Amino acid sequence: MLEATDTIIQGLLLGGLYALFAIGLSITYGVMRLVNIAHGDFLVLAAYLALWPVTNLEMHPFVAILPVVVLMFCLGYTLQRVVLNRTMGPNFLAPMLATFGMSIILRNGLQQIYHSDSRSFDIGAVGADSIHLGGTIAVGEFPLIVFVVAVILTFATSLLFSNTRIGIALRATSDDAETAGLMGIRANRTYAIALGLSFALLAVGGVFAGIRTTFTPESGPASLLYAFEAVVIGGMGSLWGTFAGAVILGIAQGVGAKLGAGFGVLAGHLVFLAVLAFKPTGLFERSR
Amino acid sequence: MREGLSYVVSRNTAISNAAVWLGVAAAVVVVAVPWLPYLGTAAFMRWAVEVICYLILAQMWNLMAGYGGLMSVGMQAFVGIGGYSLFVFAQHLGVNPFLSIPIAGVMAALAAAITAPLVFRMRGGYFAIGTWVLAEVFRIAFSNISALGGGSGQSLTVMTRIDRSTRETAIYLIAATTLIVASLAINLLLRSRFGLGLTALRDSEAAAESQGVDVRSLKLQVYTLSSLGAGLVGAIYYTSVLRISPFAAFDLNWVVAATFIVVIGGIGTVEGPIVGAAIFFALRWLLADYGTWYWLVMGAVAVIVIMFAPTGVWGYVRTRWDIQLLPLRGLDVSYETVSCPIKGHEIDRLYDQLRSSSKKILRRYRALSPWPRCWVSSLGKHQDGV
Repeated sequence: MLEATDTIIQGLLLGGLYALFAIGLSITYGVMRLVNIAHGDFLVLAAYLALWPVTNLEMHPFVAILPVVVLMFCLGYTLQRVVLNRTMGPNFLAPMLATFGMSIILRNGLQQIYHSDSRSFDIGAVGADSIHLGGTIAVGEFPLIVFVVAVILTFATSLLFSNTRIGIALRATSDDAETAGLMGIRANRTYAIALGLSFALLAVGGVFAGIRTTFTPESGPASLLYAFEAVVIGGMGSLWGTFAGAVILGIAQGVGAKLGAGFGVLAGHLVFLAVLAFKPTGLFERSR
Repeated sequence: MREGLSYVVSRNTAISNAAVWLGVAAAVVVVAVPWLPYLGTAAFMRWAVEVICYLILAQMWNLMAGYGGLMSVGMQAFVGIGGYSLFVFAQHLGVNPFLSIPIAGVMAALAAAITAPLVFRMRGGYFAIGTWVLAEVFRIAFSNISALGGGSGQSLTVMTRIDRSTRETAIYLIAATTLIVASLAINLLLRSRFGLGLTALRDSEAAAESQGVDVRSLKLQVYTLSSLGAGLVGAIYYTSVLRISPFAAFDLNWVVAATFIVVIGGIGTVEGPIVGAAIFFALRWLLADYGTWYWLVMGAVAVIVIMFAPTGVWGYVRTRWDIQLLPLRGLDVSYETVSCPIKGHEIDRLYDQLRSSSKKILRRYRALSPWPRCWVSSLGKHQDGV
């Protein structure tokens, strides 16, 4: 029983990390119906970007997150303005194919620079310490930090969407880009902000993922699939739905890994397919 | 000769007729390769089998995405299932390896038909990634079947019973035949009711459905059909390579290559995959010594094409010079003055009738109208102007 509780708590905390992966994907799909196939590869890019200050300037990985977030926001904004906006239109294929191309460029570019060696960040004692909750249940300090950060960022993002001018512009463009345009909201800029925001959030996830386990240039696709599954399990139109989806995915993977080595990822996929079969609109869908 | 207007819808132009004969000639050459000097070597045929496999896969991807608007990132699932089915039937059940190839294709189609209800719960971008998840599930499942070699895979040892040169010629001929049949089938299908429904579905699912296109069954058909093709590709490729592993068979690069070939060549055109495959293999040959640079350049070329020439190289050629080698729709509408049910003077009479009846309507409208007469008369003026 205690062991089961432990597994679920670990899965829950892992879900926090997946939420950081997924919220960005949820935003880009919500605002501009873009499924960014390169999402996972940009996540890995963020981790590699953090690698430089961490190794050369001996910066603490937590501190390195800040410049990487800023950099990734700028990258997302620029990519949308320079590349993706040219392809946006009634046809969803073109922007998706463009991100597919970017994904291959990034993966092989990183491979060229960093080769296939797996890297990881060392954060000293925090990475190993854990808090005992009585019995055999212990919660690692670092996973807890990740979970709390994920909650805070999800909360902040939903505040951004509901209470700020940018958020209103994002929602208006999402509902009807043309009408929003008549009100003076430029879709091109709004889309750029959405992708920037998505990249900023995945930058946090990327660095945290690099601290939690290792990463290689090939880690991207797996992260994309986890993010995607979390979004679909959670359902459209709600950031907290995505968060809950990520937590469910994390728990499914945790339980799966307990059942058999190498079964964790498959269990996550199967839960995703089950949700698709029985509740294709997601568990926490909120119609707008 | 009676006067009048008529038109003839033609799908063939001088160029397209020439292209058909060129295609027939190319097919003959492709099939004759094993007996040709210089080309009939084992090394060339092995390379050609690979090219053919990528070309067929690209055609299948194009059928789904370019015509049906269904972008799949999970086509490697069916390449893998085709490859593994070949191993199951040929290696484990003792079926003739060459006979196992079509069986493997059918198995892939079957797997597609069974999983279709699940993946078609998603649309657009979700469908794309959803098929990828499915491919991952298959990959993990096959890596856990120890009878098939688990994660490290296994070799097709039954093929050693067949003499090497016979084997290589046979597999080349099977690949070439499959390519020709697939190209012909796709071209004929797209010219039929099926093709029209498919393009309607791509342009607007709702509109297609409102016009009586059975969207669900059409999607299922195109998905199953292209999976059959992908399964055949897997079976042919692994009969040639003789060794399979889950990571290679369910590799994302299968679909990456198919996508890039189609996007660069020209999405939604029959000729596109051929042009794209030529560019793809030319680039691979040029960049053979630079490892990952090859994929990097392919990705960059694809992104540039999507940005600046969204219809691909062939699409650009087609609009620039108005050439269509394998036209699918009626394109050459030529007006001729031949026999026509309405004669010239009758047209004049009909036009007069129409004018007078519209004037009648206008008069009645004026009589009923609550508005000042001058307003309505201005409306009448406008009408006369038309």
